[in-house]
Amino acid sequence: MLRFIIRRLLQVIPTLLVLSILVFAWLRLLPGGPAGALLGDKATPAKIADMNRILGLDQPIFVQYFKFLGRVLTGDFGSSLASGDSVLAEIGRRFPATIELSVCALVLAVAFGIPLGYLAARYHGRFLDNATVMTTLVGVAVPVFFLGVLLKYVFAQKLGILPPSGRQDVTIDATHLTGFFVLDGVLTGEFDASWDAIKHLILPAIALGSIPFAVIVRITRASVLDVQQEDFVRTAESKGLTTTVIRQRHILRNALLPVSTTIGLQTGLLLAGAVLTETVFNWQGLGSLMSEGIARRDYPRLQALLLLAALVYVIVNLLVDISYAIIDPRMRVR
Amino acid sequence: MLPKRVARLRRVALIGLAGALTVSMAACGSKRGSGEGVNDTLVFGAAGAPKNFDPIFNDDGESFRPIRQMYDTLVRYKAGTTELEPDLATAWTPSPDGKSWTFTLRQGVKFHDGTPFNAAAVCFNFDRWYNMKGAAAQSQMIYYGDVFEGFAKNEGDATGSPVYKSCEAKDDTTAVINLNKAKGALPDAFGLTSLSISSPDALKKYDADNVTQSGDSFSYPAYATEHPTGTGPFKFDSFDKTNNTVTLVRNDDYWGDKAKVGKLIFKIIPDENARKQELAAGTIDGYDFPSPADYNSLKQAGDQVLIRPAFNILYLAINQKNNPKLTDVRVRQAIEYAINKQQLAKNKLPEGAYAQDQFLPNNVAGHTNSVAKFDYDPGKAKQLLADAGATDLTLNFYVPTEVTRPYMPSPVDIGAAITDDLKAVGIKVNVVQEPWNGGYKDDVQKTGKQDLHLLGWTGDYADAGNFIGTFFGRQKSEFGFNNPQIFSALSTADAQVTPDAKKSAYEQASVLISQYVPAVPLTSSPPAIVVAKNVHGLVPSPLTDERFATVSKG
Amino acid sequence: MTAPKPLKRKAGRIDDLASSSGGTSLAADAFKRMSRSPVAITGAVITVLFVLLAIFSPFLAPKNPYIPYDELRATLRPDSIPGPMPGFVLGSDQNGYDFFSRLLVGSQQTLIVGVCATLIGVAVGMVIGGLSGATGGWVDTLLMRFTDILLAIPSLLLAISIAALFAHGTQWTVIVAVAVVNVPIFARLLRGAMLAQRSSDHVLAATALGVRRRTIVFRHMLPNSMGPVIVQATLTLATAIIDAAALSFLGLGDSDPSRAEWGLMLGKSQSYLDVKPELAFYPAIAIILVALGFTLLGESLREALDPKNRR
Repeated sequence: MLRFIIRRLLQVIPTLLVLSILVFAWLRLLPGGPAGALLGDKATPAKIADMNRILGLDQPIFVQYFKFLGRVLTGDFGSSLASGDSVLAEIGRRFPATIELSVCALVLAVAFGIPLGYLAARYHGRFLDNATVMTTLVGVAVPVFFLGVLLKYVFAQKLGILPPSGRQDVTIDATHLTGFFVLDGVLTGEFDASWDAIKHLILPAIALGSIPFAVIVRITRASVLDVQQEDFVRTAESKGLTTTVIRQRHILRNALLPVSTTIGLQTGLLLAGAVLTETVFNWQGLGSLMSEGIARRDYPRLQALLLLAALVYVIVNLLVDISYAIIDPRMRVR
Repeated sequence: MLPKRVARLRRVALIGLAGALTVSMAACGSKRGSGEGVNDTLVFGAAGAPKNFDPIFNDDGESFRPIRQMYDTLVRYKAGTTELEPDLATAWTPSPDGKSWTFTLRQGVKFHDGTPFNAAAVCFNFDRWYNMKGAAAQSQMIYYGDVFEGFAKNEGDATGSPVYKSCEAKDDTTAVINLNKAKGALPDAFGLTSLSISSPDALKKYDADNVTQSGDSFSYPAYATEHPTGTGPFKFDSFDKTNNTVTLVRNDDYWGDKAKVGKLIFKIIPDENARKQELAAGTIDGYDFPSPADYNSLKQAGDQVLIRPAFNILYLAINQKNNPKLTDVRVRQAIEYAINKQQLAKNKLPEGAYAQDQFLPNNVAGHTNSVAKFDYDPGKAKQLLADAGATDLTLNFYVPTEVTRPYMPSPVDIGAAITDDLKAVGIKVNVVQEPWNGGYKDDVQKTGKQDLHLLGWTGDYADAGNFIGTFFGRQKSEFGFNNPQIFSALSTADAQVTPDAKKSAYEQASVLISQYVPAVPLTSSPPAIVVAKNVHGLVPSPLTDERFATVSKG
Repeated sequence: MTAPKPLKRKAGRIDDLASSSGGTSLAADAFKRMSRSPVAITGAVITVLFVLLAIFSPFLAPKNPYIPYDELRATLRPDSIPGPMPGFVLGSDQNGYDFFSRLLVGSQQTLIVGVCATLIGVAVGMVIGGLSGATGGWVDTLLMRFTDILLAIPSLLLAISIAALFAHGTQWTVIVAVAVVNVPIFARLLRGAMLAQRSSDHVLAATALGVRRRTIVFRHMLPNSMGPVIVQATLTLATAIIDAAALSFLGLGDSDPSRAEWGLMLGKSQSYLDVKPELAFYPAIAIILVALGFTLLGESLREALDPKNRR
């Protein structure tokens, strides 16, 4: 087991290196080169030359790359053009919001996705199944930002039952310890603050969770259908075990293996969806940080966020592989 | 047996937790419910984050809004008007030659840090501005540069010789400001928010002058970010960057009428639709510059759409630098003839907007009916283009996005209407959209990449020079022309001391400008500010200079 | 016990599809099975209608979609946009254009963006994948390692980063950004399909007969690998249209206000949701329908080609 984990960890290193090369190259593809990009609109030839010297752009390309790598490893991403703050500080401030939203979205997707997928498989070919399959197909076809706009329009503006944007009512004056507002409320005993944060979470979490939800439903359904055909289920049936026992002990447990990995993989994709969702809901997380950065062409910030997104994705993949190996020992030999 | 007991225990615990939750929620609810009147919190939706809170280093409305609540100026504009009234100074008199101003100061005023306000404090502020060191700091003092033209030692973009000479504190309540030359913008310009008076103690303590620049971004000292200290009805509490809120609290030692709410929160919501929806949801009590598209639905929901008098100008700027054809006045006239301003005002601007034939709103001295007029006439436009040999004209038209300005509620749509008009007379238009905060202003005003662009101006005080002097008073990359006749007409007007002489000088300048067509004046329009049904006492200002101290919730 | 199921990532799914390449008999077989599936028929009908509309919309549009009309502008106000009136089926949009004509012509622009983005992705991806599959060795390893890593970046993030490289948005910004995202998908797909072909009987036979390698690649391996490519291209069209709309929404799309493209129309009508919700809802519904059509068609094609389903 340990050897598998070590081998898998070692595989991550070249991936990360290539990713860093890609991001390094990305800034150099920019119109006006990296100095122009970092300086923004006030770039004059003199300032660009100055910046080139600071960035060491007059040095050979591989020296530049190693310097870039050094800065990245020490967390030095420079300061944001839009706010003037250090990019790392900005990310630190916004990080909990995105985690909170992503976790919520995923919880919703799992809580509704697995039962629905299971039921669809159980009533395979019947109305419920067809309706479910159709819903997931439509769900994937709806642009996430439009779903967000629509949810806001209906539930916040027309019905007025949920708040349209933001993370918490500012008049609540809640104490913030961790930056996770729901948790903060519980820790400080300000349960009304938690409740308010939860209300703010519902709509964006639904919008962000829609795609993972559709994927989870489909995988669960397919997986349950597969397992139902397996020999051990037939054996169990012929042994005369009750349907409930078969469903709980044999089908569900085995079918959930691929589902659990799908959930892991979807986590890595949530960051991309967060860019749209957080923009629509004015959610103060990394996604809206990114879309504000796009508008401002704030390359130091975008560069850092891009690296972070790739890193998260790689780590999530790693964790998925390791957990899969723990659940299913057969995977380790591959 | 055991599992069952555990399950039961868990259930009991859950019920207990739920009970605790309900009780505490009820408790919190009642606490908030009792907070009526003096301890109310007013939440106002802002469109963008303030840059910092040091008045002198700011020039945009989003920063000024909180600053106006925390600071006072020597003179101020009477609520809802452009007239002057006493603020920190109870009286002000110029010398006959206009080169010296004597202020009688209010007594018993204290800064938020408890130090007294007096003539020495006034002089400390003026001397601080005049002696400001460093290109970074100077480049952030836009309004100071506009009014006083230069510093003790010019290090930034300012190249003029300083108008300010010295300040004398005759006694505690008398301050005299001496100038090198008379300035027509005064005394009105003394009311500029940028020229608010800060506590000298706090300025020194928090290293206020230490502005640094790295690349394109500026860093401000603690005074500007955490310890702004004025004399105003509200005190600074916090700028929460995680939640994007600026919180101010009432100053209980304020010299005038105390603020009617205990806490004033500016919540930054960049998206216009989101501001509207938050107001509908009741999570904010009001917001600025609602889109005219929403006036109806806001009113239907019971909100108060307060209309400010039109005190602005929207123009289509023409940059003569990049396309030689634009140096031909006939081409510029053709562009003006091509645009249907009346229809634009009706289609895209709120009720009360009117088409413009000059760059001054009709309530500013200097506005005149004798300007050259180019009313909508596409036939004439085509004829002029043909005469000038410019039938194959292609123009880069810069349009800002992600912004609502008082003079320009929906720039993208306004840009579309103008593009259509220009296309209709055979001009090819290459539209370039840029976010307002994403380089638009720099590209059009500093770099001058465009042939045409949309921009406008809201008056800071009632003075024609604040409009046309700012636009056409000197050579600028925004317009890319050099017309000494116009420049000298404007600087002559700016030096006039008597109102009548000033008026007729600016009228002459207006006529000159209209003949030259350096840009196309489009419209003046009344911007709005919206507050919920239960908010009282907000007086809309033509200068967008709203004071929240008089606002209450009920 | 069954064999361990490998993880199905994006890469894994692509490989599955690649292994399903086959000859003409398979295609005919697949077609027969599809014509019996209601899902496939729905998808095909939507797709065909959309493509027909896209091609003929300039002739179908009752008005010029690119100029404002005085009849509409006469009553256009910021807070009231004219509804249906004689000659203007759906009334005005926010700029005084004929909304109905723009909706129709929007299909063409939307299809152009989707098709261009997909085709560029397919073309570049096929060059890389084909090179990789035909040569093998270290070229193959290097190219595939690279595409794998591109596949590892969430596609929308990749598209956004590419689009952000352009100073000003044009239609091509969106097309290029979405196309780049598709390159690694098609590269891996084509390589997989060609590898599957390499060990197939007819290729082995041709090699034994001494047919030149280039001929084998172009006459046998490539044509037989097209099945999965077509399936994936159909699915990609759907995501390309949705991603393009997302880029427009984020302000990375085309600046020209007169351009009629559904994603842009949806993005630019956000401030008029209260005044005339149709301006946002109709383009949105159109996008959803079309994306659904391509997805249904693609999914059923995939199922039909899947050898596991040939029972």
